[in-house]
Amino acid sequence: MKLTREEHAMLRGARGEPVRRALEFQLEVGRFYDAECFVPVTNAHMMGDIEVMGDSGLDYLRRLARERARSQVPTTTNARCFDFAHVDRLGQDAGEAAKERELIECLRRMNIMTTDTCINYQTLYQPHLGEHLAWGDTGTVIWANSVCGARSNFEAGPAAMAAAMTGRTPAYGFHLDRQRKGSFIVKVATELDDVAEWGALGKLVGEPRQSYYEVPVFTGIRRTPTADELKHLGASLASYGSMAMFHMVGVTPEAPTLSAALGGRKPKVTVRVTRAAIERVFAGYRNPDGTCNFVVFSGPQQSLLELKTLAELFEGRRVHPGTTVFVTTANGVLSAARALGYVQKLEAAGVTLLEGVCVYILQDLTRMRVRNGWTNMISNSAKIVNTITAHRFNTILRRTADCVEIACTGVFR
Amino acid sequence: MSAARTIIRVTRAYGRAVEGEAVVSGEGFSPRYDLDRWSGIITKPGHELEGLNIRDKVLFFPTAKGGVAAGWAFHDILSKGFAPKALIFGVTNPVMVQGAVFAGVTITEGWSRDPRSCLRTGDLVHVDPAARTIVVLRRAGPAGR
Repeated sequence: MKLTREEHAMLRGARGEPVRRALEFQLEVGRFYDAECFVPVTNAHMMGDIEVMGDSGLDYLRRLARERARSQVPTTTNARCFDFAHVDRLGQDAGEAAKERELIECLRRMNIMTTDTCINYQTLYQPHLGEHLAWGDTGTVIWANSVCGARSNFEAGPAAMAAAMTGRTPAYGFHLDRQRKGSFIVKVATELDDVAEWGALGKLVGEPRQSYYEVPVFTGIRRTPTADELKHLGASLASYGSMAMFHMVGVTPEAPTLSAALGGRKPKVTVRVTRAAIERVFAGYRNPDGTCNFVVFSGPQQSLLELKTLAELFEGRRVHPGTTVFVTTANGVLSAARALGYVQKLEAAGVTLLEGVCVYILQDLTRMRVRNGWTNMISNSAKIVNTITAHRFNTILRRTADCVEIACTGVFR
Repeated sequence: MSAARTIIRVTRAYGRAVEGEAVVSGEGFSPRYDLDRWSGIITKPGHELEGLNIRDKVLFFPTAKGGVAAGWAFHDILSKGFAPKALIFGVTNPVMVQGAVFAGVTITEGWSRDPRSCLRTGDLVHVDPAARTIVVLRRAGPAGR
């Protein structure tokens, strides 16, 4: 890789040992991908919690904090595995919660803003066309690349943290024009209404074509999608397809026309998505034991508009006895939702609102599942229907209103 | 041992040369979606490798699934003693690469032949990132594993 004088100095330790190690790590990743150079980044977003990092990860952070490592660009954190107000109620491990608190303290000492949200693009920072970032959480990356026209690869925790410390990232993948061109076309031949249908579209497109190098170009979208609809589409494509970017002709900034989205690249295939295909996604889920006592609105965290919708659907109703409903969101959204009265309506219905977390990464989730007799998880998020499976849930995607109906009646539909 | 020969050439590679028992999967992989990181066992219901422990294996997967957790996950399972010897992907994503580099686990991407056409689970293989080759050292017995 071609390095600047500053980067050579960093490798000699001129900016301290943590920066030297971070740049060496980034160099190895850059070499793997034949990156020619680094690009400066303006913002980093990292995943870091005790559930995913483990004791070894906490040790790593302790060392960095001791060495006075500091982020050089504004750096925020993704959803984590504890909402400290709910540790006892959820039966989570107090020892692990203490480690999580220490982990957060280490991050703060490193100049990292522990915002604990996977919807930073809706709540914290909106990058612009061409802006280079180092974001983690695949849903944030696909949003930045597709909807904002910003540029980021999937940056895992250690990678986003390295970028935060060095202020740069290797120039490969979606930092380069050539990877951002559409590789296949998706003709959407149906209206899509609920966010679950947009997630189903992401599953249909992503699952059969799992590849970081594929960039679908959606055409035929009949009305302007909302931010939450694009959020669920992107999160689903990233989750099922490992994809980091899509174009939507007439909607996303690098796709004013189909030919602009393709950028001279010949599309490999044109896929047609019909109403029947979307319905088959919903019909394809099985409920072997007939239970439906765990309903989740999470992964990604809920926006204020999604909370408003949920508050309206749950208003005046009660969650069925024996059923648990989790809604997760970010601190700022929760605060606004409380001021607007949505939180009160949801809590009156028996919904549990969790802050700063995502359900599929909750600490001790497998034991929580067994202890509560949850075999099925029902959600309107196609992403979480995919991601929670390591905890051996049977998962079922349903539209938002159907999820609320199931939650309040205890009857599967 | 029969004479070793190159079976697969890989496109990109990182890490040390390693030897280990091959596990050849037709399904993609995520340490977040598919793996119990407290036992090293693939636990996703219905995964082609459900029930398999990844410890010390050379894992062949056609694709990587999404999920930034892999970045910490390999480091975590390495410290718990469940790390695989190598990850061999047809197509991977940066999260897997970053996670493998961070944990010092050998990783490659791109292959000259589909491993399902020339390898069986249980074959002993040698992965050489510098030479970008995968060589079979010993074939598995008739049972396959």
